[in-house]
Amino acid sequence: MSSQVIASTKNRARVLTEAEISEIEHEKTLYPDNQAVGLEALKIVQNHQGWVSDESLLAIAEYLDLSVADLEGVATFFNLIYRQPVGRNVILYCDSVSCWICRGDDIKNYLSERLSIDYGQTTEDNEFTLIPVPCLGDCNNAPVMMVGQDLHRNLTKAGIDEIIDQYRNKNA
Amino acid sequence: MSRPPLDIGAYEANDGYQSLHKIAAGMSAADVLETIKSSGLKGRGGAGFPTGLKWSFVPQGESSPQQKYLVVNADEMEPGTFKDRLLMEGDPHLLLEGMIISAYTIGASIAYIFLRGEYHGSVKTLKKAIAEAYEKGYLGSDILGTGYGLDIILHTSAGRYICGEETALLNALEGKRANPRAKPPFPQVSGLWGKPTIVNNVETLCNLPGIITYGIDWYQGLGQGADAGTKMFGVSGRVKNPGVWEMPLGVTIRELLEDKAGGMQDGLGLKAFLPGGGSTDFMLPEHLDLALDYDEISQKGGSRLATGTMIVLDDQTCPVGMIGNLMKFFAHESCGFCTPCRDGLPWVDTIFRDFEAGRGSEKDLSILKEQVDYMGPGRTFCALAPGATAPLGSGLKYFEDDFKEHIQQKRCTYRN
Repeated sequence: MSSQVIASTKNRARVLTEAEISEIEHEKTLYPDNQAVGLEALKIVQNHQGWVSDESLLAIAEYLDLSVADLEGVATFFNLIYRQPVGRNVILYCDSVSCWICRGDDIKNYLSERLSIDYGQTTEDNEFTLIPVPCLGDCNNAPVMMVGQDLHRNLTKAGIDEIIDQYRNKNA
Repeated sequence: MSRPPLDIGAYEANDGYQSLHKIAAGMSAADVLETIKSSGLKGRGGAGFPTGLKWSFVPQGESSPQQKYLVVNADEMEPGTFKDRLLMEGDPHLLLEGMIISAYTIGASIAYIFLRGEYHGSVKTLKKAIAEAYEKGYLGSDILGTGYGLDIILHTSAGRYICGEETALLNALEGKRANPRAKPPFPQVSGLWGKPTIVNNVETLCNLPGIITYGIDWYQGLGQGADAGTKMFGVSGRVKNPGVWEMPLGVTIRELLEDKAGGMQDGLGLKAFLPGGGSTDFMLPEHLDLALDYDEISQKGGSRLATGTMIVLDDQTCPVGMIGNLMKFFAHESCGFCTPCRDGLPWVDTIFRDFEAGRGSEKDLSILKEQVDYMGPGRTFCALAPGATAPLGSGLKYFEDDFKEHIQQKRCTYRN
């Protein structure tokens, strides 16, 4: 029974790409064991695939000879590892205290309304996923949010309109 | 950022890396340790522990483990804290120079920078600075002919506030779930992969080059009060000019809030403030003339200087709502390892949601007071939940009228 389970686990793993493997191999030179490389590999795969699917997780576990359960435990612990598909742009919206004082909640509600999504959801056109994030360390420009790798500061409702259009047009 | 980051040429032209030349000219690791100890430098990450003393716990000598590590805590995520990012993006070589001094002193040949995953700007400036430092021979083997070698590895985190706790950080760096570890053993003796490890905050390390280059007298002369040196101080909230400034330790809170941050925005009054991030006790307008010193803030202000980044509460923002926001954050960021934190914080969070919705009761208020005790220092595995009890406990004390108002009016009276 257990060997069958293991066999089916292997069968479900996808094949890592050459680029992914070469980046994982580079990480191996920076850390003394594979457990540390495992978390890096999750980030690498996510960077290439957008998220970490079951098939990707199994592939990493197999490639680095790590326990699937351990790796899953790590993958689900860290909030920047996505175990569900996300949209083309992930919006990390700061819901911490300085932004809250500066009425970040009002802007967030407006953003939610504009995109018709709440935290944890993705827009129908798959353009945006909205996720709350702790303090982004830019409190003098509150309220702030991050779209992809870009920080957007001093958010206003008009600013939200512009930002949404900007990303939608970029990918149109 | 008011200017682009200094490249290595500009940095060197401003006395950059001079401390390493001074060390190469004949300062032993023991000499540097003694200098840092005597300087009075306290850790700038939040706890304020003397840096030299921390380093001195690392076992040295032939019988000690030969592999030692320096780890930079660049996982800035304390709510309302935005000082380390400024240092890394404005002056990355200052951090690298500090790292080399620290690693040399403790005998570490490898140093990891544990950087917040969301700090993409810092990744760029640090990567460039590290490459420049290798090119100039400040990193790599045999630095400036001393025979000492150091490699710096930039590690970006996969998230979670708990990684700022140094033993949780080490677990994350080892690729594990970031639960804090039992202490002792302390990381100085058994840290990263079981080897002696020093974890220093970004700002702490940025203090080192000046101390070595210009000396202890110069450094101590910078402070205006009991503590030595300068500190990054920040102000956020509805003030006229929020920001971060490097100022001498010992300046008054008033100077920071009024002269630098420009005071409150028009039409708003100062109700209270958290002096050093989300895990500190509220202080009141009556405390404005206290000095920004470690001891003065704790002894006379009943709070902690901690990160030195102040969060200002104005008189038209609900204190109950503000504390509720902080409790939601702490509840979400609990690693789930120990019971008072895992169960206590969500309970507290739920009660605050009830207050927000006008369902708060006297009984809820007494539960909150009990939780301050249940989750306080000594009751939990790490400092996360005790950190949460700082604004909670002080808030219950200072804003009791506001809590009562919510109960009586069955709504938040700050909202229209």
